Amino acid sequence: MASRAAPVSSIPPTQPTALPAALSRDQLVEIYYYLRLTRTLEDRLVALYRQSKVIGGLFRSLGQEGESVASAYALARGRHQDILSPLIRNLGALLVMGAKPVEILRQYMAKADSPTHGREMNVHFNDLEKGYLGQISHLGDMIPVMAGITLTFKLRGEPRVGLVYIGDGGTSTGTFHEGLNFAAVQHCPLVVIGEYNSWAYSTPPEKQFAVRDLAEKMKGYGIPAVTVDGNDVFAVYAATRFAVDRARRGKGVHFIEVKTYRRKGHAEHDDQHYVPKDELERWARDNDPVDRYVQRLLESETVTEADLKDIDDRVRVEIDQATDASADAPLPEPETALPGVFVDPPAADRLWFRTL
Amino acid sequence: MPEVTFLEALRQGLWEEMERDERVFILGEDVGIYGGAFKVTDGFVKRFGEARVIDTPISEAAIVGAAAGAAHMGMRPVAEMQFIDFISCAYDMLTNYVATARYRAGLSTPIVVRGPCGGYVRGGPFHSQNPEAAFFHTPGLKIVYPATARDAKGLIKASIRDEDPVLYLEHKWLYRRIREQLPEGEEILTPIGQARLAREGRDLSIVTYGATLWKSLEAAEQLDKDDGLSVEVLDLRTLLPLDDAAIMQTVKKTNKVLIVHEDTRTGGLAGEITARINERAFEWLDGPIMRVTAHDVPLPYAPTLEDYVLPQTDDIVKAARWLANY
Repeated sequence: MASRAAPVSSIPPTQPTALPAALSRDQLVEIYYYLRLTRTLEDRLVALYRQSKVIGGLFRSLGQEGESVASAYALARGRHQDILSPLIRNLGALLVMGAKPVEILRQYMAKADSPTHGREMNVHFNDLEKGYLGQISHLGDMIPVMAGITLTFKLRGEPRVGLVYIGDGGTSTGTFHEGLNFAAVQHCPLVVIGEYNSWAYSTPPEKQFAVRDLAEKMKGYGIPAVTVDGNDVFAVYAATRFAVDRARRGKGVHFIEVKTYRRKGHAEHDDQHYVPKDELERWARDNDPVDRYVQRLLESETVTEADLKDIDDRVRVEIDQATDASADAPLPEPETALPGVFVDPPAADRLWFRTL
Repeated sequence: MPEVTFLEALRQGLWEEMERDERVFILGEDVGIYGGAFKVTDGFVKRFGEARVIDTPISEAAIVGAAAGAAHMGMRPVAEMQFIDFISCAYDMLTNYVATARYRAGLSTPIVVRGPCGGYVRGGPFHSQNPEAAFFHTPGLKIVYPATARDAKGLIKASIRDEDPVLYLEHKWLYRRIREQLPEGEEILTPIGQARLAREGRDLSIVTYGATLWKSLEAAEQLDKDDGLSVEVLDLRTLLPLDDAAIMQTVKKTNKVLIVHEDTRTGGLAGEITARINERAFEWLDGPIMRVTAHDVPLPYAPTLEDYVLPQTDDIVKAARWLANY
């Protein structure tokens, strides 16, 4: 493997910062719950994938759960509050916004009672009341869409904020550029999380862009940007909270680059032969976001090992129940494929050869 | 009743909808103080303000994407493509994001994307296109293409009120060439999905839309005068969904069909219309379904070349005469 232009693996974890006073003990514990829920749910999805119960691909966020959970946690959540648009590796963000494990499981297994009734896969679904808008597969497209959502907040004078994720590879798309520039010009209340996880499928950053940090790109848009240790939950939370508060005050777009690392392949089928083996081991050993978070909580004596174990047990029961409620559910009836392209006409015509 | 141009009728429709519904707003390039490249939105920013008439960067994908996001939140955006040729820059956003949104995710996306299309104006390859065929193939979009001032107004209003995304194609050759008396104080709404019988006839049907409606009507007049032929002309008005009932009705009446469109031939709408007639009214036909379209080349600039490539009234006359004698 050629030497990496921007070897993220060499970026040392940021020095421990004090636990943010803004976060209560209950909130710190809740963040741990979401981290554990994300990881446990993905472990369960792997098991279901190996049993061929997951119909399509399985996309893991192993090693990136910290930034997903922490960034979403900085938003105002509840009915008709802030809105975020997650990517496939932002399962944690989706759970923080109120998506349920049973919904995720049903999506992956293409069940009739999944949020999209078997029409879309994985985390491609939405609940605008709870505050999440699923992506489409065309990377970058959600930036203009979130620009439009946050433009609406601005036009209506609503004190709401949008947050959108983009991967290091996604920053190469035209829609990323167009959407970001549009949002900057319009001073939309939008926070953009740039996830530098070192891999776009198999392509490393040095083949994707010629800058070292994604944050450098923001100079071209007049958008303030910061680079943070993406595996430090506290650093991501603090940076996002700052950007969200700023956007809510009408100060416009803010970009946060989170340096993290994709420890699994693009999807489960990907054997990662292009990744230096020691790099994976080093990130798993030295820089796991959940381990680091737990260590900080225990060091601060905010929680005990027993408290965390209680949460782990609770999560396991929750995932077991969600699996039971979804694994054997039916797939959609074939003819449910026809309705719902438009309000009017309500359904596509059944073709003549299906009536023979 | 005052006489208004196609462009003024469109402008009135937009204006009335913005007065009626505060959720309606316009975004596009140079739509504000400049009033749009063809002055469709002239005076709008003064009346409705910069928050509802938004000048954007040169970013068609962002214009359509932002319109979609706003529509999800309950707004009714009208996005202008300065020339419809540039809609190809938003092709991904329209076909992948917007058109699929309701079906895949239950998302409401009531946007209108409108812009000047069409040739006969010496606009060259990038200011003359008819993009309908590129989007006709996409489930989830509606496409309207008015040919009269009344429908320019009626269809923009209906498009804005529709619950789903609509492409509104406005032929720039018609902008100031077509005039019509429109009643004041009466709401004009043209239902999406309904064709209009533009001329009644017995011998042969021409199915068309847009600028070639006027060329077809001209041809029908000439055929009546010179050949004593009674030609029926159907103005489709909405291309997606097609008004199958109106098409089959005229086929069954005259038994001979000429489909005329300005767009290029291969993969153009005439092919789809032909297939539908074949499936539903084969036994009613007394001759082959024939097409008069543009030649399959990018549209050239020089008058001699453009006139040769695009279908002209005389082409329609000759083709109709050939078919009538079949």
